[in-house]
Amino acid sequence: MTKRLCIQGLAVAGLLATVAVPASAADTITVASWGGTYQEAETKAFFDPTAKELGITIKQDTTNGLDDVRLQVTGNAVKWDITELGADECARGSKEGLFEKLDYNVIDKSGINPKLVHDDWVGISYTSVVLIYRTDVFGDKGPKTWADFWNVEKFPGRRALSGSQATETLSVAALAKGIPIDKVYPVDIDGALQSVDKVKGHIDAWWTSGAQAMQLVKDGEVDMASIWNGRAGTLKKQGAPVSFSFDQGVLTADCMVIPKGSKNKDIAMKALAKFVSPDLQANLPLYVDNGPANEKAFETGKIPPERIKDINSAPENVKKQVLQDPAFWRDTLVEATEKFNNLIQQ
Amino acid sequence: MSTASVSLDHAGRPNGALNTDALRADARRESRGLFALLSPGLLLVFAVIIVPIGWLFWLSLFDESGQLSAANYARFFEQASYIKTFVTTFKVAFVVTGACVLFGYPLAYMLSQLPRRAAGVCLIFVILPFWTSVLVRTYAWLVILQRKGLVNTWLMDLGVIGQPLPLANNFAGVVIGMTHIMLPFLVLPLYASMKTIDVDCLRAGMNLGASPAATFRQVFFPLSLPGLASGVVIVFVLCLGFFVTPALMGGGKVIMWAMRMEQTTSLYSNWGAGAALGVVLLAVTLALLGLFHWLLGTRATGVWSER
Repeated sequence: MTKRLCIQGLAVAGLLATVAVPASAADTITVASWGGTYQEAETKAFFDPTAKELGITIKQDTTNGLDDVRLQVTGNAVKWDITELGADECARGSKEGLFEKLDYNVIDKSGINPKLVHDDWVGISYTSVVLIYRTDVFGDKGPKTWADFWNVEKFPGRRALSGSQATETLSVAALAKGIPIDKVYPVDIDGALQSVDKVKGHIDAWWTSGAQAMQLVKDGEVDMASIWNGRAGTLKKQGAPVSFSFDQGVLTADCMVIPKGSKNKDIAMKALAKFVSPDLQANLPLYVDNGPANEKAFETGKIPPERIKDINSAPENVKKQVLQDPAFWRDTLVEATEKFNNLIQQ
Repeated sequence: MSTASVSLDHAGRPNGALNTDALRADARRESRGLFALLSPGLLLVFAVIIVPIGWLFWLSLFDESGQLSAANYARFFEQASYIKTFVTTFKVAFVVTGACVLFGYPLAYMLSQLPRRAAGVCLIFVILPFWTSVLVRTYAWLVILQRKGLVNTWLMDLGVIGQPLPLANNFAGVVIGMTHIMLPFLVLPLYASMKTIDVDCLRAGMNLGASPAATFRQVFFPLSLPGLASGVVIVFVLCLGFFVTPALMGGGKVIMWAMRMEQTTSLYSNWGAGAALGVVLLAVTLALLGLFHWLLGTRATGVWSER
């Protein structure tokens, strides 16, 4: 009895398999991102709905960035079909020829900032670098602009900036000089370095990871810092006495690519098209503070209006911030970072 | 060859010589046998150490476009930060090694003098942190040492200090964190070496009229030097390649060579850039080991049981 059922079941399964072609085992892609709460949010916002709609399986992995992709591509051992990177990494990897060309007949690029739409990479989300300060030290009269942050007489206190993200620190250093947000790019690197030089004696820690920035502020090791908005939002939610805004924030984009040599390029292309579609993009801010790269997401009506004002890439907030230019850093990153290191490492 | 030596023996050398030759041949056979036993290990060392290091060196000679070039090494002189980082690395290694000797020697001495059972219990306290993750211990130090950490809050509550002491996110923090992690590496070989010192030697010293202090200075201390030397070398060399603790406790102001490697590897789209840093560190470390060897003899090569 059970045996016959089993055989029948197998037959049905076999029939189904021949009918439902997209559900075959071959249609599995691997997507790599940064891990943590961000990747969990992406799973709910992008990966799960896409897998369901396309009838594919999406496996996940985590990445450390461009090095990983380079290692896979140059070593001829590509295990990812899609991976997330920082936009400046995408620009550099593109120059090195590490990615497959994207097919914009499959991927609808409308609604994505043209600066983040390229032959072989496309924007996926935004992070902002914002100024955070502790309200138990400053009340609500804390430093509001980067010029305030640089003003050590008016705002005495301990400070932290990013030591690992030279591009971001140089951008805020340019803002600190009073350069208006639409004139920051192309960054005058030497001018920005001079600006860093002015404040470096008052920097108590140069953070190298988002977690470290968060810990420094949370434990009161510093009174003000540059920090990623997601981390700042988490601190606030945890009840830490902090305040931050998007004024003079630096918007940095994340992007997605298909590493060269991906074995499931075509399915990856379809999946990527889903990830950047307004409908799924609108899911992202429901789970995490990183804003959608596709501004049409704000027109879907999925995001509650009171949530929109807290999202860094909402049109109202974009106006207050500098958009970091990946193409600029592609050509200047190495030199600028070495100079920056020479300045702060002693 | 054997026939030659045999014929020589027949040419009128005393019987003892024949014996010596046989013994020598036996010793040769035995060392060949030992070498054969050793060869799998040697092959493994060759495959997982010598070959990758050779490859590392090879990689460091190429620039981004795959051309032979010295660019990866020239960078050390073009960018001031490399030299600074290098100097910082050795400064940290020296200070931490010094601190380890300062704390580790008395500790090992105490352990070696305690009755067996008590020493065993105390050793557990040395080894226990050894088994805890470096990351966990470093974060623990951060919690203890930072501005609003335990030490500063207590000292301020007690009125000992008015301003918090700068103990974390600077050089002092790195040294404190690393000393704690490195201490067992010094204490364990030193303790092992002290345990092998014959108590009769000390008794003889006292018997000949030396005070306890003089016995310690003239008998115990020189005998403990081999263990101390190997401990110092282990600690120093491990310090040179340290990453986690300086990265977390240094506040981005104390950049050590290993951190620089990570930065350089991700900055340049070229493995050679990072490889060159590895080659330089390896060369300098080997040179230092050579220097230790020359200064301290075979004692420094890590054979602490040598008497």
